[in-house]
Amino acid sequence: MSSAPTTPSIDEAAVPGAQAHSHGPGSPVPVQTRSERFASAAHSDFPEVTGRELEWRLTPVAAVRDLIDDELDGSPFPAIVSEADGVTCEWIDRTDARIGTAGLAEERAAANAWSRFEKALSVTLTTEEPVVVTIDRTGADSTPRAAHTIITAKPNARGLVIIDNRGSARLSENVEVVAEAGSDLTVVSLQEWDDESVHLSSQFGRVDRDAHLKHVVVSLGGSVVRVNPSVHLSGAGADGQLLGLYFADAGQHLEQRVYVHHIAPHTISRVTYKGALNGQGARTVWVGDVLIGRLATGTDSYEQNRNLVLSDGTRADSIPNLEIETGDIAGAGHASATGRFDDEHLFYLRSRGIDEQEARRLVVQGFLIDVVQKIGNAELEARLVAAIERELEAVEVV
Amino acid sequence: MSTLEIRDLHVSIETDQGSKEILRGVNLTINSGETHAIMGPNGSGKSTLAYTIAGHPRYTVVSGSITLDGEDVLAMSIDGRARAGLFLAMQYPVEIPGVTVSNFLRTAKTSLDGEAPALRSWIKELRGSMEAMRMDSSFAERNVNEGFSGGEKKRHEIVQLELLKPKIAVLDETDSGLDVDALKVVSEGVNRVKENTGLGVLLITHYTRILRYITPDFVHVFVDGAVAEEGGPELAERLENEGYDRYLTGSSVG
Ligand SMILES: Nc1ncnc2c1ncn2[C@@H]1O[C@H](COP(=O)(O)OP(=O)(O)OP(=O)(O)O)[C@@H](O)[C@H]1O
Ligand SMILES: [Mg+2]
Repeated sequence: MSSAPTTPSIDEAAVPGAQAHSHGPGSPVPVQTRSERFASAAHSDFPEVTGRELEWRLTPVAAVRDLIDDELDGSPFPAIVSEADGVTCEWIDRTDARIGTAGLAEERAAANAWSRFEKALSVTLTTEEPVVVTIDRTGADSTPRAAHTIITAKPNARGLVIIDNRGSARLSENVEVVAEAGSDLTVVSLQEWDDESVHLSSQFGRVDRDAHLKHVVVSLGGSVVRVNPSVHLSGAGADGQLLGLYFADAGQHLEQRVYVHHIAPHTISRVTYKGALNGQGARTVWVGDVLIGRLATGTDSYEQNRNLVLSDGTRADSIPNLEIETGDIAGAGHASATGRFDDEHLFYLRSRGIDEQEARRLVVQGFLIDVVQKIGNAELEARLVAAIERELEAVEVV
Repeated sequence: MSTLEIRDLHVSIETDQGSKEILRGVNLTINSGETHAIMGPNGSGKSTLAYTIAGHPRYTVVSGSITLDGEDVLAMSIDGRARAGLFLAMQYPVEIPGVTVSNFLRTAKTSLDGEAPALRSWIKELRGSMEAMRMDSSFAERNVNEGFSGGEKKRHEIVQLELLKPKIAVLDETDSGLDVDALKVVSEGVNRVKENTGLGVLLITHYTRILRYITPDFVHVFVDGAVAEEGGPELAERLENEGYDRYLTGSSVG
């Protein structure tokens, strides 16, 4: 595999800024352009992390230092993949051509994982008959580990893949998601780790012509959890829906840096991330970059992040970012809001006899539920509703 | 038989310019089965009275008392007041994202009764009430008031009134924004509840048209934060013809 700096290996001709690091002085492209970010599979290509970098300044770097710098155990991360017709699952070599087709590490911890993993877990959906696959990862131990996963939907294949993370782990990983032409793929990365767990996950999506990718990040458990999805809408008519749901308790750091790159014309993206924060030191970060490339005419995008603050002593960062390189778009917008309970909501419910605790529970559930309901799988939705209930039990009336 | 008694009630709100007194000595007594209409100009404090009875945190009671059957309402929490038997149909019902009408109503009923209602009879009751209020059953699975039209929101308030069975209800401009048919449906709903439960009603309105369907026993003219005059249904007719000028000229000098 090449370790040279390169952009994700999408149809080069269609990638604005494909000449990433070679544009000379006088280029009209601003250096901040998201697609020009340095990318490499090699750990050594990235400078030491100080914690002041844009990429890291909101992350508790000291708590993830080993994942950024140290040798990682690259043996296969324990996973049980459910069997189903139309699904193939295999551990593939580092040299396999499928690796690196959806993206490449853009920061040092991801590159560390990319440099160390021994085999990648590849799950491939092949049939039009919708399938549900669970990658059950009940964790390992506190050894710092590296992992690499590739999820592929072949042309016109349909299905849902759940990466179900529980137990304890110190994990840096890369996940590649490829939705080939006409496919309809949902990938849910569910973090219900134990309290001590640390998890850094870069997730790269590539959505080909007329394919739909629904990518969902649900982060509830873990000490530091940073899941960064970047989705490249590389084929005309591609559609990316990026959903996120997080609930940070006292002392928990939950971060998500979302990137949607509209490369091809007539692509659609919808980003909806919602979070709740409760307890001293509950901390969340959401960064949402949307780049509408030069060739991405007639695209439609909207991104939003909303945070509900349930107690004092929390901090939520919410940073939307929209770059547009073409004048011809159908729509582009973003919204970001972080707030407390709406007193009028609570008053209305309580005026009907519902006590304060219950009223808050209803309002928080109601706030988060629309993301849950967009997942489109009843069993998983019910499980998430129950998980949110459990999170809410810890919320005190103030 | 229940009695809501309001005595010399003074209420203020916090504004950027400091605290502002809105209610200046309100006296009212409402018994079960009685209907009291309150009419008065915009800004005279009618909604303030309604919200204060319900316990909205924006309003500060400076002095005076509110009791329900002798119990101190002002000492009760918002939900405690509802459990004691008070209900407020709001002038502007609130939209609550992600909470369905059926979930909301079932939760409220459970809180009021201290136990969950028997599922089958509850669903029947809910359907019946919505049907009577000409609300399609699909509303049950929509989020509370979200995207409801003005009139639909008001009808939803009366569905709640019927299902939650309070002792005393304050209806704050429930008739505003209703078309003629809806006005009739809503009025019939209120009358039905009165008949079935002996509800006492405090009906805030600007129009006599609703009073043709819901006959008030008493009409109170509310001006500048207090009751300026009381009378029977004929007072409402006079207000409609003459307006509030004769009350305002006296009090607006200061
Ligand atoms: N935040 C505020 N700052 C200043 N004045 C306020 C504030 N909130 C309410 N008021 C004033 O309190 C007064 C009473 O308002 P209220 O809503 O009770 O009137 P109302 O009689 O219900 O009027 P309407 O017939 O228009 O519904 C009004 O003059 C209003 O402007
Ligand atoms: Mg009013």
